Amino acid sequence: MKRVLAGVDLSAHAGQVTVLLGVNGAGKTTTLECAQGLRRRTGGTIRLLGEDPQTADAELRARVGVMLQDGGLPPSSRPIPLLRHVAGMYRNPLPVDELAERLGLNEFSGTTIRRLSGGQKQRVALAAALVGRPEVVFLDEPSAGLDPQSRQMVFDLITELRTQGLGIILTTHLLDDAERLADWVAILDRGRIVAEGTVAELLGTSSPAARRLTLRAAAGLDVAAAFADAPDRLRVTEAPAGHYTVEGELTTAHLSALAQWLDARGIMPTSLELGSRSLEDVFLGIAEASAQEAVSATGRETA
Amino acid sequence: MNAATLTQRVWQQGRYETIAMLRNGEQLVLMLVLPLIALVGLTVTPFLDGLGANRIDVAAPGVLALCTMSVGFTGQGIATGFDRRYGVLRFLSTTPLGRGGLIAGKVIAVLVVFALQVIVIGGVAVLLGWRPPVGGTILGLVLLAVGAAVFTSLGLLIAGTARPEATLAVTNLVWILFGVFGGIAMPSSRLPSQIAGIVGYLPSGALGDAARAAFLHGTLDLPAAIAILVWGAAAGIAAVRWFKWN
Repeated sequence: MKRVLAGVDLSAHAGQVTVLLGVNGAGKTTTLECAQGLRRRTGGTIRLLGEDPQTADAELRARVGVMLQDGGLPPSSRPIPLLRHVAGMYRNPLPVDELAERLGLNEFSGTTIRRLSGGQKQRVALAAALVGRPEVVFLDEPSAGLDPQSRQMVFDLITELRTQGLGIILTTHLLDDAERLADWVAILDRGRIVAEGTVAELLGTSSPAARRLTLRAAAGLDVAAAFADAPDRLRVTEAPAGHYTVEGELTTAHLSALAQWLDARGIMPTSLELGSRSLEDVFLGIAEASAQEAVSATGRETA
Repeated sequence: MNAATLTQRVWQQGRYETIAMLRNGEQLVLMLVLPLIALVGLTVTPFLDGLGANRIDVAAPGVLALCTMSVGFTGQGIATGFDRRYGVLRFLSTTPLGRGGLIAGKVIAVLVVFALQVIVIGGVAVLLGWRPPVGGTILGLVLLAVGAAVFTSLGLLIAGTARPEATLAVTNLVWILFGVFGGIAMPSSRLPSQIAGIVGYLPSGALGDAARAAFLHGTLDLPAAIAILVWGAAAGIAAVRWFKWN
């Protein structure tokens, strides 16, 4: 049997959005399925609201809402009757009309699920996950296929659920989702967690200094020469031509050096910007490091 | 404590599945139109002559047995196969309904639809002169309900192990083959001698024989009843063992 997950040690808490971030095939869905009790794990320990999800009874399942990646909705049903059906599994469900109103389901209530767009299906699936007033919700790729307006609607709702004290665990491969929603991010790669923390922690923005300078000017300049005093602490790249990125622990001395260098050559940049790293940089850096590690590990095994 | 009671959940699912089956046009053809054609066909042709007082007395029990195969085997098999493909089984098993409740809901839907078939097709048979004895009718209906559950197990076994397109093809093909050559509506004594000896061991032939013995003579065909139960046990165990939810 192929080992899909190894080294996923993670807790998610009430009133927080925990984001599992990773590329396709990293093990996000598998992790969720184990936590939901949909997949039998071969080892390790999982506790969901203090109980083992593999032996979950109806009362435990009633406290947990699940939105599957493929929706899990019967194609021949219409959204509202389906929600009423799911609501019938709970003693005290949310009023279906209010939920439908909130997620804008009434615009397409006469359409069968088969004929809905991807984003409309996502909203129905989200409603189905929430109709039982869960304490914990698992959302597998909730923003997939959503247009910007629906995405905002879904994000607002997720934020509101967090305020109400729900524990929310969602997966995404979109870094922007994580930056906008996450209280805690776990980055998954090849079935293990390679980094986790708050967005700020992962970005390393606990130090106030800017980490990135971007500069637009003529192509082919040796911008690195401006930082000749501290060449090993900064990384200068040009991609595409004329777009320069300087990364590292930037200081005022660096800015001064750059200004003098530009002045001496009579170069006026068309744009000059300071900023911190994005989660994307962190993610790509980690993915690259992890890939190299995997390659060298394979090398050792075959040696 | 926000889960609805087990009874509420199972009944809710049973009602939902029943409506889904009755709304499906192709399924209605399979569940009502084709059995009615078979019933009329067997009463206007001489195939069943000499097996009972009237052709309808021999035809009606077999056609009702055919109905259990329509609804349990082909109907639920196809519906479950596609539900599995679309992740519906996985989603519903995360709600308080759970896997057990899902199966129970399907069994309820099968029995409700079968009851409707008994009313419609049995009603037409009565209009055509069918007058089964009361005791035999009760025994026959019990056997047919058991048969419906057995065919449902077989349908779920295929739906849970094969792709839905394959399930669609296989359950329809088997319905036709069992319907014509499986001893269900046409007793084994009227089938070609090469297959007459074995059809009694098929679930179709066993249920057809048991239903005819009950409705015609008011007797329990014990070997046939045992054959049905063995098929049911085997299909049930295999389905529990190999059914894949995703």
